[in-house]
Amino acid sequence: MRIFDPHIHMTSRTTDDYAAMYASGVRAVVEPAFWLGQPRTSPASFLDYFDALLGWEPFRAAQYGIAHHCAIALNPKEANDPRCTPVLDELPRYLDKDSVVAVGEIGYDAMTPAEDTALAAQLQLAADHGLPALVHTPHRDKLAGLHRTLDVVRESALPVERTLLDHLNETTVAAAADSGCWLGFSVYPDTKMDPDRVVAVLRTFGTERTLVNSAADWGRSDPLKTREVADAMLAAGFTDDDVDRVLWRNPVAFYGLSGRLRLDVPAPDALHEGNSVLRGGE
Amino acid sequence: MLTPPPSRTRADLAARLPDDQARAWFAEALADASRAATAPQGPPAADPATASEAPPAPAPGHPVWQSRFVTAGRHCGPDAADDVRTLLLIEARADTETLTRLYREGSAPERRAVLLALPFLVDGPGATPLVDDALRTHDTRLVSAAVGPYAAEHLPPHAWRHAVLKCLFTGVPPAAVADLARRAAGDAELARMLTALAAERTAAGREVPRDLRHALTLTGVPNEEP
Ligand SMILES: [Zn+2]
Repeated sequence: MRIFDPHIHMTSRTTDDYAAMYASGVRAVVEPAFWLGQPRTSPASFLDYFDALLGWEPFRAAQYGIAHHCAIALNPKEANDPRCTPVLDELPRYLDKDSVVAVGEIGYDAMTPAEDTALAAQLQLAADHGLPALVHTPHRDKLAGLHRTLDVVRESALPVERTLLDHLNETTVAAAADSGCWLGFSVYPDTKMDPDRVVAVLRTFGTERTLVNSAADWGRSDPLKTREVADAMLAAGFTDDDVDRVLWRNPVAFYGLSGRLRLDVPAPDALHEGNSVLRGGE
Repeated sequence: MLTPPPSRTRADLAARLPDDQARAWFAEALADASRAATAPQGPPAADPATASEAPPAPAPGHPVWQSRFVTAGRHCGPDAADDVRTLLLIEARADTETLTRLYREGSAPERRAVLLALPFLVDGPGATPLVDDALRTHDTRLVSAAVGPYAAEHLPPHAWRHAVLKCLFTGVPPAAVADLARRAAGDAELARMLTALAAERTAAGREVPRDLRHALTLTGVPNEEP
């Protein structure tokens, strides 16, 4: 079984996680830029973070046989801090990079005017740079947030076929499916979706445009949730081909819209003694 | 400074590219770079009449070849990208200021290409901060590119010895260290550091790597066999 986790924050995960992910079938990930739990106070700290997503993190992933790409953006939470918003001017040079396959995560958090501005500006950046966009839907006032998100997407230069709406659930999936956007489900231990609920949604809405991710980060989350969903799908009678479609071919098709996806990472050859990453650095 | 590779290298590289589209892109990128070398002041735009596809939009104020430098991986494939990027830097005769900016704004593969180009483009020690930066990482792609001929020529003794040790720690083979035999010869301080590292490994019950013994032999310093 091959698995592509289309939304996971590996910066906050350990090398044990990489090894466990490889063992359960994960061969590719996309790491969208998001906030770090502790709010940033300047564009410079975004730039170091983006550089890590383009340097150290893909190196770490490759040592475990996992292809690492990223999405770059100013996230919705920090779009509200005027100390951070100048990072928008730095985004174009990052969006040209070979391993950047989307603009993201963008979207709404508290649905403020500042978030309106950042979302519209970054959808335009996605259109200008030939990239699809990963759009996070809000956790609070979710359905209203989804409708407002769809309004902004429809007004933007970015076609719905190049937009992935993430963190969907039973209350938002119908409107999202009607929009023509790609559908993303984040599976968490406690919140968001669980594997059986994802299976139920797949029964109703099909596998055609659906992606499943762990969205694992520094909070209570689990980078192996994608595999749990695959197993739950098989147990519920979906075929191997259905599983491959949702957990591999759909993310490949969506991020492949960038023309920059490279999935030919060599099998891990760095799992030898003397490698400092495996010893946690010197 | 090393002599830039002969034009035959370009033909060999073109032959290694995945397809004709990549070869056409490479030819245009080289032309953009050589235009920048002959007219280094202004940011010249590519001639749209000769371009087989729309050239990438240059970053404001930067010549178009630098956009080619950034996007080389997806046009030429990751295997050839090192050589393509390095040749673009050489063809454009990028100065230390440009190399420094491209390194600082670069992804890891772009940084690697800047490091590989240094011996062909920079005469004095002005680019050693880039080598120092790369040697602070644990990314073996950067560490191995940092210990090339430019480091052999310009790194001061203390930094160079630590670079050799860094290679041993991160698993970069000593063959990547340019001029290792010449610089190591008679270096008693390097021999002391290597002997201490070997003793640390032995004390921990770990094997002393063959690469370490090899580097120690190259110092030629007697009575330091661990
Ligand atoms: Zn996220």
